[in-house]
Amino acid sequence: MLKTFPKGGIHPHENKITSSKAIKRLAPPKVVYVPISQHIGIPSKIIVERKEKVKIGQVIAKSGGYISSNIHSPVAGTVTKLDKFFDSSGYKKQCIVIRTDAKDKSNFEEIDLPLLTEIKLSEKDILQHITDYGIVGLGGATFPSHVKLNIQKDKNIDCLIINGVECEPYLTADHRLMLEKAEEIIVGIQILMFALHIEKAIIGIENNKKNAIENFKELTKNNHKIKVAALKIKYPQGSEKQLVRALLKREVPKNGLPLDVGVIVHNVGTIFAIYEAVQHNKSLTERAVTVTGKKIKDPSNFWVKIGTPVIDLINEVGGLPEDTRKILNGGPMMGKAIKNTNVPITKGTSGILVISEEEAERKKSSNCIRCGECVFVCPMGLEPHLLMNLTEKRMFENAFNEDIMTCIECGSCSYVCPSHRPLLDYIRFGKSIIKTLEFAKDKK
Amino acid sequence: MTVSIIYSVLLLTSLGIIAAIILYLVSKKFYVYEDPLITEVEEILPAANCAGCGSPGCRSFAEKLVGTEDISDLFCPVGGNDVMKSIANLLGKEVAEKDPTVAVLLCQGSCDMRPKTTQFQGPDSCAISALVFSGETDCQYGCLGKGDCVESCLFDAMYMDKETGLPVIITDSCTSCGACVEACPKNIIEMRPKNKRDLKIYVGCMNEDKGGIAKKACAVACIGCSKCFDVCPKDAITMENNLAYIDPYLCTLCRKCVDVCPTHSIIETNFPPKKKKTLPIPSKEKKIKVIVEPLNSNNDA
Repeated sequence: MLKTFPKGGIHPHENKITSSKAIKRLAPPKVVYVPISQHIGIPSKIIVERKEKVKIGQVIAKSGGYISSNIHSPVAGTVTKLDKFFDSSGYKKQCIVIRTDAKDKSNFEEIDLPLLTEIKLSEKDILQHITDYGIVGLGGATFPSHVKLNIQKDKNIDCLIINGVECEPYLTADHRLMLEKAEEIIVGIQILMFALHIEKAIIGIENNKKNAIENFKELTKNNHKIKVAALKIKYPQGSEKQLVRALLKREVPKNGLPLDVGVIVHNVGTIFAIYEAVQHNKSLTERAVTVTGKKIKDPSNFWVKIGTPVIDLINEVGGLPEDTRKILNGGPMMGKAIKNTNVPITKGTSGILVISEEEAERKKSSNCIRCGECVFVCPMGLEPHLLMNLTEKRMFENAFNEDIMTCIECGSCSYVCPSHRPLLDYIRFGKSIIKTLEFAKDKK
Repeated sequence: MTVSIIYSVLLLTSLGIIAAIILYLVSKKFYVYEDPLITEVEEILPAANCAGCGSPGCRSFAEKLVGTEDISDLFCPVGGNDVMKSIANLLGKEVAEKDPTVAVLLCQGSCDMRPKTTQFQGPDSCAISALVFSGETDCQYGCLGKGDCVESCLFDAMYMDKETGLPVIITDSCTSCGACVEACPKNIIEMRPKNKRDLKIYVGCMNEDKGGIAKKACAVACIGCSKCFDVCPKDAITMENNLAYIDPYLCTLCRKCVDVCPTHSIIETNFPPKKKKTLPIPSKEKKIKVIVEPLNSNNDA
């Protein structure tokens, strides 16, 4: 019997059509749009000026506070504009526009970094590297990694969990990364275990990626500290709290973090970025992105420079199909539709999904029939129908008492609702309002 | 037979008397003094319970009016100066006189002027739409057109114009309670003084983008050209973030800015048409007819 989390969950169609496609490196785009707010927390501060020449990996925006991150130039070129452009949030945000220098060779060099297994840096230096090279959580939440790794002494951490679940349908970037960069990821895990003095690590992978599981099992045969665990296929297993429950049977308290039960969770992509930052002094300027969709001619996985406009990637996979209705930044469950095709790839973009007319059509919502499906599938044990009713009637305090703030916004409730009610839309709305209200601040 | 009737009558009477005594004692013991003025003030108030004054309802506003010494900060926007004056007379306190205000929409981005580039499929609510993205058009400051303001209006002073996709404010019904201002997630509804005959001049745009970008997104956007700023004789116009703003208290309604605005984003309401526009039109019989509308007749209602 494979491990999984007990409460709720769904199993949408996987559609992982790109799982056999190796991650290709793209030619650098002509222009990159680098938003200064690619992570959770304070936006970074721009430290370059217009017409300034920048090199690959040069810091162009400095961390704006503790929960913030450095941003590096993904290409060598010239800063042409500092202006506001639409990013994946749906609003115009401050971006640094860099025109790639076509004559600069460093833009076109094939970077094939050798595997370095020996850890030379001290614990302190490792954490400094992670801070300096702008590493954030690449699973999608983009929480700055150095904050996650800066653990107070009274917390006792005994386990590191590597999140290779990738439970979102369509996306395969993490899967390919685990196949192609498995050795580097193992070194990355060892770096973190050494830096934080953790004795145990578990790599959690869903059972639809059997080759990745076997690959890791083979590599960790002689290493009893790192375990590989196959997990039952269930959405949203890639969520931190659900993964900790599935692997260790530990319940993360509400409003708490995995840290509270002695666990640190990192995505495989983040681990690979940490490996590159620590061993090769490479800043986070590119990431693996899946570009996919049922009508796309040649869906594939790519190494993409941060700031590449989405249209460049879509042209690479055979152009936009005619009946395209939506382009999602992320997977079909949690991804967000983007406003135009010039929206840049950021540190949090794990995939670009092109959805056709008939798939995208949202059905007309009708009244709640009290079937209880949403309650049944909610992985956090909430009552989505109730939360929606309360926020619709603006009874925010009641919604707060019903633990609306613990919702992880996985969208399982909206997915199963037979009346097609916009449950998650209203829950998100309620959460955003409650964050601004006084009583919630007091109770927290 | 008669004995039992007498018994029951006696029993019930004595029970009634005992209960009356208890009720009397309790009402004496727990008597709460309530100023009779509160009820009187409440009767003067419009009983709309709109919360435009800041209190949850008319009763609590009346309590506040009676309870506080200095009521010059308190104002009932629905009742206006008349109601406040009669309350002041009743209470013997002084109230500040305020110009009556009315809600105006600072956006003219109708479907023709501001083409839609995307579509929102979620629930019909501006607040939820604003949470997801900047709106269906390329202008991220303008009206979202889902009608949260119309829903919030308790006085039926607003409706959605289906042709333009924008809410329309019926000035005569508007009580300036401010509910729509709170409901709008884009902050594009402003309370402006209702001048004589409801004459108003204001910039009907909130777009802070640079001129070219704003103009591309919406044909009637303020492009921040400062022409109105230069022409204003009373310095009532300020330019900030590529956007002009007319201070209603400095504006003398001279209408110079309206003419110079290249994108027609400055709105004038209820002014009689300018003489220029009604120049003598030569008719077919070559008889010259002069159309001059009397200045005061228009739109007085």
